[in-house]
Amino acid sequence: MNNVIVYCELYEGKIADVSFELLTKGRSLANQLNCNLEVLLIGHQLAGLEKEIFPYGVDVLYTADDKRLSPYSTLPHTSIMVNLFKEEKPQIALMGATTIGRDLGPRVSSALKSGLTADCTELEIGDHEVVKDKKIYKDLLYQIRPAFGGNIIATIINPDCRPQMATVREGVMKKAIFNPLHKGKVVKLEVKKYVDDTAFVVKIIERHMEESKVDIKNSSVVVAGGFGVGSKENFKLLFDLAALLGGEVGASRAAIDAGYTEHERQIGQTGLTVRPKLYIACGISGQIQHLSGMSESSIIISINNDSNAPINKIANYVIQGKVENVIPKMIKYYKENKK
Amino acid sequence: MKKYQIIVLAKQVPDTRNVGKDAMKADGTVNRSILPAIFNPEDLHALEQALRIKDNYPETTITLLTMGPVRASEILREGLYRGADAGILLTDRAFAGSDTLATSYALSCAIHKMKKFDIIICGRQAIDGDTAQVGPQVAEKLGIPQITYAEEIVSLTKDKIQVKRRLEHGIEVVEASFPILITVNSSAPHCRPRHAKRLMRYKHTSTMSEHQDNSEDYLSTSDGNANHVIEEWGVNDIECDHEQLGLGGSPTKVKKVNNIVFQAKETLKLTDNNEEINVLMKELITSHIIG
Repeated sequence: MNNVIVYCELYEGKIADVSFELLTKGRSLANQLNCNLEVLLIGHQLAGLEKEIFPYGVDVLYTADDKRLSPYSTLPHTSIMVNLFKEEKPQIALMGATTIGRDLGPRVSSALKSGLTADCTELEIGDHEVVKDKKIYKDLLYQIRPAFGGNIIATIINPDCRPQMATVREGVMKKAIFNPLHKGKVVKLEVKKYVDDTAFVVKIIERHMEESKVDIKNSSVVVAGGFGVGSKENFKLLFDLAALLGGEVGASRAAIDAGYTEHERQIGQTGLTVRPKLYIACGISGQIQHLSGMSESSIIISINNDSNAPINKIANYVIQGKVENVIPKMIKYYKENKK
Repeated sequence: MKKYQIIVLAKQVPDTRNVGKDAMKADGTVNRSILPAIFNPEDLHALEQALRIKDNYPETTITLLTMGPVRASEILREGLYRGADAGILLTDRAFAGSDTLATSYALSCAIHKMKKFDIIICGRQAIDGDTAQVGPQVAEKLGIPQITYAEEIVSLTKDKIQVKRRLEHGIEVVEASFPILITVNSSAPHCRPRHAKRLMRYKHTSTMSEHQDNSEDYLSTSDGNANHVIEEWGVNDIECDHEQLGLGGSPTKVKKVNNIVFQAKETLKLTDNNEEINVLMKELITSHIIG
């Protein structure tokens, strides 16, 4: 009762990184609240996975093991989670903001009439005072997330409903082993008590890997390169940085003419118009044709050898230097300080 | 010939993608009032999926349902121009301040009133909140299955639908029967443009409140053509528990909001030494520009 519970996500039988990250966060929340950290693991052939889970400081692991529960499908997993939560009444429930967590979370919150906050970037414990009712809520979960297209940061609370549910994207929290020798208890759920046969109504016909199409226009971070990047090899650095920041790679006409990357990435008058939150222009001089495709970006960083490059006039930050020197430094700092 | 009853859920949203420098106030916060109100982009992708079903089964009916202020009727007209058959505006002060759960409750009550449907289609998420919760929450309230992240309807028969879903690591094709709720990704095809004839036919279509505002004759309730009226439902038109509506019915509360303050417009010049780059990266991370 009143514990912190994490939904552990499986991908091809392996525990997702985001779940380990949530276990680490969950352990620290449970310590602050002086309660247990519990895990719900749903799938097939789960024996052995507890060895990976307990070192994160997990006290109780609930498993629901059935051939029909893998791969994930909405209704059976919802049913198990809802029924377990009705019995266990956790105070906090966390899951990954993945295609699974964002499919499952709202379903469960709707069934339990409980609040859910999506894509939290920070989770903290704190109090809340309602001045007009002279009421103080102790130890609520502060669910902190960007909203309004990333233009504001909101702190959300669920004063009255339990569990307080939140999803968190992969890579936002740090994962760290709590104690390699920590041992918890495994509780095997009797699947048919938690999920009805009628829940298996959506059939999975086919599953396969398929890369998604390049989607530069909807990307909040664009790392774009121009002729000044110098070579196809240097251009790979842009892809590394973009992947790390969850962004996409764009290019100027000159870079595409030089064969550094594909045509579909062209930004500018004859290519795409983008308005990302952050535009990192690497070795782009800034012809007017290019500027017209990106000048409305919220923040522009220009990395350029030439201090007189026209793009520098509209940039918020200008880094004078070579692309191949600057980007590795940005990558290094981000890796060391983010994950 | 088979026909389907389709409900498309849509939302009018401020265009948060357009927060360029012009929309920034001197103090670095967003000037929301100048952001245009638009048809939520993924809801347009959802409408296109509905229209494609109607292309193949012309007797299909598509009803757009939106909840919002009176001016949200703009997106219902937009939907009519592009091929929807009818629009319903759910509007009432009692809905104000709804979080996703209270929104999905109100929508599900409105859908109950509409009674028969085969397919509900909506965008995966709205750009003002990015939560992706309302679709699944509505499905749960109606007790029907859901297919999220749809990219394409692969096949449709009398009692089965196959949908291709776009997931992080690849794709999945699933099959379900009706009724079903589908949420559509932005990787699905864009919505077709307005149709000129439909634009002419529907441009004066309005809700009852708009019609009364525009009419000098207060007793006039209709222009004589019922097809030209967007239905407008308030809290008393749907069967619902008032406690589950609006701010009071919302379990989540906003405790605090911090505006992200963007840097001043003048350019900051840095060299490529480690120290300066680290300071810049730190600033980007702490201000949530990245990370």
